[in-house]
Amino acid sequence: MAQFPERPSAWGGLATLLDTPQKRYAAIAVILVAMAVAPYVFGSYGTVILTNALLYVLLALGLNIVVGYAGLLDLGFAAFFAVGAYTVGITTLHFGLNFWLALPLAILLAIIAGIVIGAPTLRLRSDYLAIVTLGFGEIVRITARNLRETGGASGLIGIDSPWLFGWHIRTPLDFYYVFCVLAILGVIASVRLANSRLGRAWLYVRHDEDAAEAMGINRVKVKLAAYIVGAIYGSIGGAFFAANLGAISPESFSFRQSVLILMAVILGGMGKIPGVILGAFIVILAPELLRDFGDLRLLIFAVGLLLIMLFRPSGIWPARSKSR
Amino acid sequence: MSLLELKGVTLSFAGSKVLDGVDFSVPAGHIVSLIGPNGAGKTSLFNCITGFYKPQQGSIQLAGTEMLKLKPHQVTQLGIARTFQNVRLFREMTVLENVMSGQHSRTRAGVIDAILRLPSQRREEAEIRQVAEECLSFVGIIEGWEREATTLPYGWQRRVEIARALATKPRLLLLDEPAAGLTSGEKEELIDLIRRIRNERDVCILLIEHDTGLVMRLSERISVLDHGVMIAEGTPKEIQSNQRVIEAYLGVEEDALDL
Repeated sequence: MAQFPERPSAWGGLATLLDTPQKRYAAIAVILVAMAVAPYVFGSYGTVILTNALLYVLLALGLNIVVGYAGLLDLGFAAFFAVGAYTVGITTLHFGLNFWLALPLAILLAIIAGIVIGAPTLRLRSDYLAIVTLGFGEIVRITARNLRETGGASGLIGIDSPWLFGWHIRTPLDFYYVFCVLAILGVIASVRLANSRLGRAWLYVRHDEDAAEAMGINRVKVKLAAYIVGAIYGSIGGAFFAANLGAISPESFSFRQSVLILMAVILGGMGKIPGVILGAFIVILAPELLRDFGDLRLLIFAVGLLLIMLFRPSGIWPARSKSR
Repeated sequence: MSLLELKGVTLSFAGSKVLDGVDFSVPAGHIVSLIGPNGAGKTSLFNCITGFYKPQQGSIQLAGTEMLKLKPHQVTQLGIARTFQNVRLFREMTVLENVMSGQHSRTRAGVIDAILRLPSQRREEAEIRQVAEECLSFVGIIEGWEREATTLPYGWQRRVEIARALATKPRLLLLDEPAAGLTSGEKEELIDLIRRIRNERDVCILLIEHDTGLVMRLSERISVLDHGVMIAEGTPKEIQSNQRVIEAYLGVEEDALDL
């Protein structure tokens, strides 16, 4: 059936490029080795930047489920990131909770927040979700800024770094590897979801809500599931972000942050996992690589983004391999 | 006994009545056609039955269960499947994936099952696939399952849509102008397919169709809708000689004479 266009999958064109198990295992091995040795190649500053990029991979993968799979425009994704970070910050600092107990609590709170925001708004047209999530993002940031428990504008400092079976996760290098594992788990979960009953339902609803409903799909329930899964990704990212830096402040969770994550998703190519990973790396690495341009770097970055959207509106990553 | 029973269904949009006290039934095991001039309210009636429109008055029952308050996905779950007037397959998805959508309401795997790939989830995925493949084979599409559905020839897309509806395991199948845009050869195949669906799968059929030849050959009962009112009901023979039906289609006789 080579002459017919195949459906663009979650893998983009990769599935056709790596068509045998050998090629696939080889590619995975190369990526794992590259991840393992990267800190030794790029030095300590490079490791911190890469850790940040991996955090964005995780966040972008989460938002990709909401925006890319289910087609819901979420403009306040940083709110879930904040819920994760502040839950860990507050419970470990004020209540002396272990990080590994704070983490499930962070996830639980993100799920609750997701239901509270999603359940009423997902019944409406998707434009409303954009507005409500925008507001939600700001509410969370402003609340964090004004409560005593969240440390106000200066935020929380001195959050303990976690122990894992006797390993104190503490140095930037430790956290780099932790975020490597998180990103890998994030990819695996995303792929498995994409190829599942629920993953298909997201696409059905995104492409044609009426036809999807006629096929027996509860559109609100399915969208809510996507929104909540996104929220979980965000809160896990936030929890480890807080543990990594040891300090958080409201400005880490601004509207700009939400836009940056959304940009990573759209830039690389919505719904395509390699594209989203690429997008996250571009969003974090490009400003670093353009550092030599001084004040001009944000301008150059912005022009670059505009050009990409102009010439590749569906993202940098190709939807399907054109070579066949 | 009737499988589907409508009583006094009244639907209005902004004050104008689209359906006016429609009484209508589909006897179990029958192929029933709903005909009427353009704008008579046929598709609106379909949309009421499938839960897309909410009639202001009346009752719609499937085998005794009231469905008036149900949402479209609940109606499907109860056993009514439909196709659309203009084919509405899911874009950018394969033929097989399109048909697999029908099994959604018959299966239950969620987020955790999918992420952990639990054995029950994998078994369910295999079942979904198997049902979809069986439905595709039944409608005569035995290859090209991995093609993007919207790239298929039109006649095939129509059949994929029927397969997708069958994958919901319905008791009643609603077909909205299934023969529109088909060649005469394809129409013959469609007649054969609809009969097979009823005979072999024990699914009741209700269809809207403008091709009178096809309707007369295929239907066991015909109902005629005109301006939102059910004006006749009977066998094809009875409908053919019904004065009110002739008037509805050709205009009232005096008007015709005036011309």
